Amino acid sequence: MHNEQFNNRNVSDNGYYLVDIEDYPTDGWGKFKRVVKRTFRGELFVGLWVVLREMIKFDIHTVSYPQEKMPIGPRYRAVHEMKRLWESGTERCIGCGLCEKICISDCIRIDTKVDENSRKEVTEYSINLGRCIFCGYCAEVCPELAITHGGRYENASEQREHFVMFEDMLTPIDTLKAGKQLEFEGFGAITPHEDERVKKTPLSY
Amino acid sequence: MDVAYLIETVIKVVVVLLIFSALAGIGTYFERKVLAFMQRRLGPMNVGPYGLLQVAADGVKLFTKEDIIPSNVVPNIFKIAPVITAATAFMAAAAIPFLPQFTLFSYTVHPIVADINIGILYVLGMMGVGLYGPLLGGMASANKFSLLSAARGAAVFISYEVVTGLSILAPIMIVGSLSLVDFNAYQSGGITHWLVWSQPVAFVLFWIAAFAETGRTPFHLIANDHEIIDGFGTEYSGMRWGLFFIGEYANMFFISFVIPLLFLGGYGDGSMLGALGLLGKMAFFFFFFLWTRAAWPDVRPDQLMWLCWKVLMPIAVINIVITGLVMMF
Ligand code: SF4
Ligand code: SF4
Repeated sequence: MHNEQFNNRNVSDNGYYLVDIEDYPTDGWGKFKRVVKRTFRGELFVGLWVVLREMIKFDIHTVSYPQEKMPIGPRYRAVHEMKRLWESGTERCIGCGLCEKICISDCIRIDTKVDENSRKEVTEYSINLGRCIFCGYCAEVCPELAITHGGRYENASEQREHFVMFEDMLTPIDTLKAGKQLEFEGFGAITPHEDERVKKTPLSY
Repeated sequence: MDVAYLIETVIKVVVVLLIFSALAGIGTYFERKVLAFMQRRLGPMNVGPYGLLQVAADGVKLFTKEDIIPSNVVPNIFKIAPVITAATAFMAAAAIPFLPQFTLFSYTVHPIVADINIGILYVLGMMGVGLYGPLLGGMASANKFSLLSAARGAAVFISYEVVTGLSILAPIMIVGSLSLVDFNAYQSGGITHWLVWSQPVAFVLFWIAAFAETGRTPFHLIANDHEIIDGFGTEYSGMRWGLFFIGEYANMFFISFVIPLLFLGGYGDGSMLGALGLLGKMAFFFFFFLWTRAAWPDVRPDQLMWLCWKVLMPIAVINIVITGLVMMF
């Protein structure tokens, strides 16, 4: 598929032609003739045949939703997920707080402390899904590819404030061990072939 | 009037009422399924096997819903209007022979509630009185859309009464009776005796007018959802709305009985086969109501009036004149 054919604005070359539409009748005799013609042309029966044909073919296009679901794209931005490191299985989140800072609807709340190894540790992390607009900025800004969007788009809660906590978003450890953790391909993900395109920092200047 | 006759009539009335109330419900199921299949959908699937219990679910919903009488309506008329629609629809059924007479436990049953000698006139008259349901309901509703629908209802019913009346005048002249049983007897000689061969124009006109009488799709103006919400039914809820619905579907079934009885030989010679034939023809006409709903667009009210007064009525009159001339010579 090439774009050239769409860029060619010279429509008369593209097989376009003016449809031959008769003028509307103005006098009574013309109108009468039109009525008679339309009455006996049998267009109504064409309509009947078309729907009957569809009924006989029985080519049903329904997705019976709760039992069947349409696949969604890998870049779809639904409820967030927290990823783990592939090798060690620990959380990728380093508690930098960038996501909390960038969130335009102010719905991420994060609390950290310094743990016994003098490393920063996330103690609280929640997203208020009632406020989240699923813009994807948090996933884009995250330096560790820790917070991403997932594919779970069905949510229900009794109140508008509907939170997901860190533990709910975190990939379960067995899923990781089974090698089933999915990387997110949307906002903030590494573009394919990035290695070939990246340039080394020119230290010489 | 002896007691046996009274009891028999009461039983017949109850049976007709029950069967056609139930059929009206099942009719909605068929309508949903047929429309769905024609539009490549599945229709109701979740309540019961293949959604068969959807009718029951809807019934429970309608019966248990709150019966709201809005504050600005005229309460008594508002309350009585749905009853008029349903009642007149069922009253019209009294003169329709649904099946040929049969013998049950050595007792001859005539499956017609009252074999009156003006059957057709009575059926059409009763269906005409059905106009008062939408008319009064719409006018009493204190809602502009309902009022519009009431006005349309009056216009459509009155105009198409003319077409129905004139179109069956010619067959009546040929048969020489107004009773549906006589009509059936006239055509009982088999397919070649059907009135549709001698009166094709009247048949088509009557069929077209039947769509207006029942308010079905090409002429679905009285409760046209995409223009005037639900028309006269907008302010109704619960079982009162349900009565309108039952009336509409019962009307469809009855008119589907009347068309074959008038033009297509009815139950023929009265054998088992003839009875099944009548049910088959009825099913076809009922299916056709659903079929057109999937296929055809609605016409505008002015087009409907145009069609009635400038096209159908002149044709009906010409048909009568020609029939008369042919019969005279
Ligand atoms: S998707 Fe947007 S709104 Fe939602 S938490 Fe992330 S940054 Fe905030
Ligand atoms: S999720 Fe990402 S951006 Fe947010 S605190 Fe953790 S590492 Fe930082």
